[in-house]
Amino acid sequence: MSDFAIETAGLTKRFGKQLAVDGVDLAVPEGSVFGFLGPNGSGKTTTIRMLLGLASATAGDIRVLGQAMPRRLANVLPGVGALIEGPGFYPFLSGAANLRRLDAADGFAPAASRAARVDHALERVGLTHAAGKKVRAYSLGMKQRLGIANALLAPRELIVLDEPTNGLDPQGTREVRHLIRSLASEGTTVFVSSHLLAEIEQMCTHAAVMSGGRLVAQGTLDELRLAGQTRARVLVPAADASRATRILTDLGLPPEPEPAPATPGTQPGGAGLGATSGTRGSANGPLPTPEGHFALPGEGAGGAGVGESVLSAVLPESVAREDVVAALVAGGVRVRGFAVQQASLEDLFVALTGEGFDVVQ
Amino acid sequence: MSSDTPPARIAPAAAGVEAAAPDTHGGAPDLLGRRSRRALGWGFFASELSVLFRRRRTWAMLAALAAIPILIAVAIRVTDGGDGRGPAFLDRITQNGLFVGMTALVVSIPLFLPLTVGVVAGDSIAGEANTGTLRYLLVSPVGRIRLLVVKYAAAAVFCLTATVTVSLAGILIGIALFPVGPVTLLSGDSVSVGESLLRSLLIAVYVTLGLVGLSAIGLFISTLTDAPVGAMAATVVISIVSQVLGQLSQTEWLHPWLFSYYWLDFADLLRQPIEWSSFGGNALLQLGYVAVFGALAYGRFASKDVLS
Repeated sequence: MSDFAIETAGLTKRFGKQLAVDGVDLAVPEGSVFGFLGPNGSGKTTTIRMLLGLASATAGDIRVLGQAMPRRLANVLPGVGALIEGPGFYPFLSGAANLRRLDAADGFAPAASRAARVDHALERVGLTHAAGKKVRAYSLGMKQRLGIANALLAPRELIVLDEPTNGLDPQGTREVRHLIRSLASEGTTVFVSSHLLAEIEQMCTHAAVMSGGRLVAQGTLDELRLAGQTRARVLVPAADASRATRILTDLGLPPEPEPAPATPGTQPGGAGLGATSGTRGSANGPLPTPEGHFALPGEGAGGAGVGESVLSAVLPESVAREDVVAALVAGGVRVRGFAVQQASLEDLFVALTGEGFDVVQ
Repeated sequence: MSSDTPPARIAPAAAGVEAAAPDTHGGAPDLLGRRSRRALGWGFFASELSVLFRRRRTWAMLAALAAIPILIAVAIRVTDGGDGRGPAFLDRITQNGLFVGMTALVVSIPLFLPLTVGVVAGDSIAGEANTGTLRYLLVSPVGRIRLLVVKYAAAAVFCLTATVTVSLAGILIGIALFPVGPVTLLSGDSVSVGESLLRSLLIAVYVTLGLVGLSAIGLFISTLTDAPVGAMAATVVISIVSQVLGQLSQTEWLHPWLFSYYWLDFADLLRQPIEWSSFGGNALLQLGYVAVFGALAYGRFASKDVLS
């Protein structure tokens, strides 16, 4: 038995001249919540379609739940629930009738328990009250939930959710996160594609990043964060700025203009405590400033106070953060604040896939 | 091919045992409570029929078909006969109401029946692609061949329903508005009301048979596109082209190969004894169309990338 719920080797898909998916080697460990990231058009959905046997691969091998796809499709797919590129339902049927229809299509699903399983799935996504309503009258969020309910019709070993929170309001998004966590706690592998990084950061144990059809990063969330840059930020009186700049440059940390504001997902790390990941949102953590940066100790809400300046530099792994402070203090710099920023997934994502709309095509 | 049934590796008895087995999880080898082998597909076929006949569109089409004999009967009743022109059997209606159904079939065969069959067959795969349900059916997993077979079977059921609707509505309105009695056949013999109803049923089967070839063409076209309207229109256009070609003497060599060749020949079933040659010819020709276009649909759909 393989330890991977999904495994691909050199997975490639070519549409005419365009290479939509290019040599992707995915490895989704069993029991993980795996975030599949990438900008629009990076090949995520095409990859998912190949994993589920909807599209054939131009080259490469796919194993899902330890079996070759699409050769063993009929054996594999009953154990897989999926939401692919938005929900698809018959508008003239009720929500429950739609689910019964899709369940009847599954030749392996026992008909005797159909009604009970449909009810249970609807209950899990909070649609019991709308079960008898025609899907035509559903809101986008309700359709999305119904799509997720369809993925939950039978006990599954793997659930593939393509953009599950599309069209959901914040409460719905939270519920989906809860649902994914509870599925994961039951041992189900969840493969979630999204372009919402904060989402992935909150619920996934592993992630992979696609860009221009290629897999540019893959690993546990911590491994991915480590691949990003850690920055040190120092708050000093303006008068000490030039001296501090010199000392930092000597240490190998040349201060530079701050990069584009990071997200609220940025990881703060107390000096000398070591940056910890996965503790985002802890109650005693510093609050993000309006710019999105974490305030330094002593730093006002709007950034550096009057007569103060903030120096920011990439912190190489070779330099211990306490040494930075020691050197500054030894050099006579009045250090008013010091913080280490772990790179957020978003920083990494942007570094890997490009900024703004200039995404790789 | 009509023998294109779902994977027949399951003996019916075994399937029955599985269906009867309680799907408790305790101690079951399969923790997911699944059937260990795929069902034959009768459940899905029933589901397909329920989806088809729960659509308002289906009922609207059947109502329109039922309106044809009613219109004919009322028109004849109001004008009290006519001058003997018009479609076959029209002049017999005033003497025997049972001819309304046959007249209505003659009127419906060139356009109305192909139109409704084109809608259902053309919609079969393309319609699922259009609503986004095709990918969910395939992932469920329905099995591509099983889906094609069930879709085709449902279209064939619709052909029969449509034909019977015309025939039955005609018989009922004929009984309501005209005298009913023993039917004089084309051969001059007379048969009882009961037997004439049987013959009406036979004619409905004949007309249905004539439409299954067109359904196969519609199914194939439906696998080519994600736009159901396009597939429906193309299917209807093909049925008209076939009939136009059937009218041209320049294409006479082609006529016996056109699926519409036997469409209006059901009068042979109104002879005593029944002249079966056109029935047999029709069946053979339609089976040929089902085989060819069923194979084409399979060839196209089995390996198609579903990107809808």
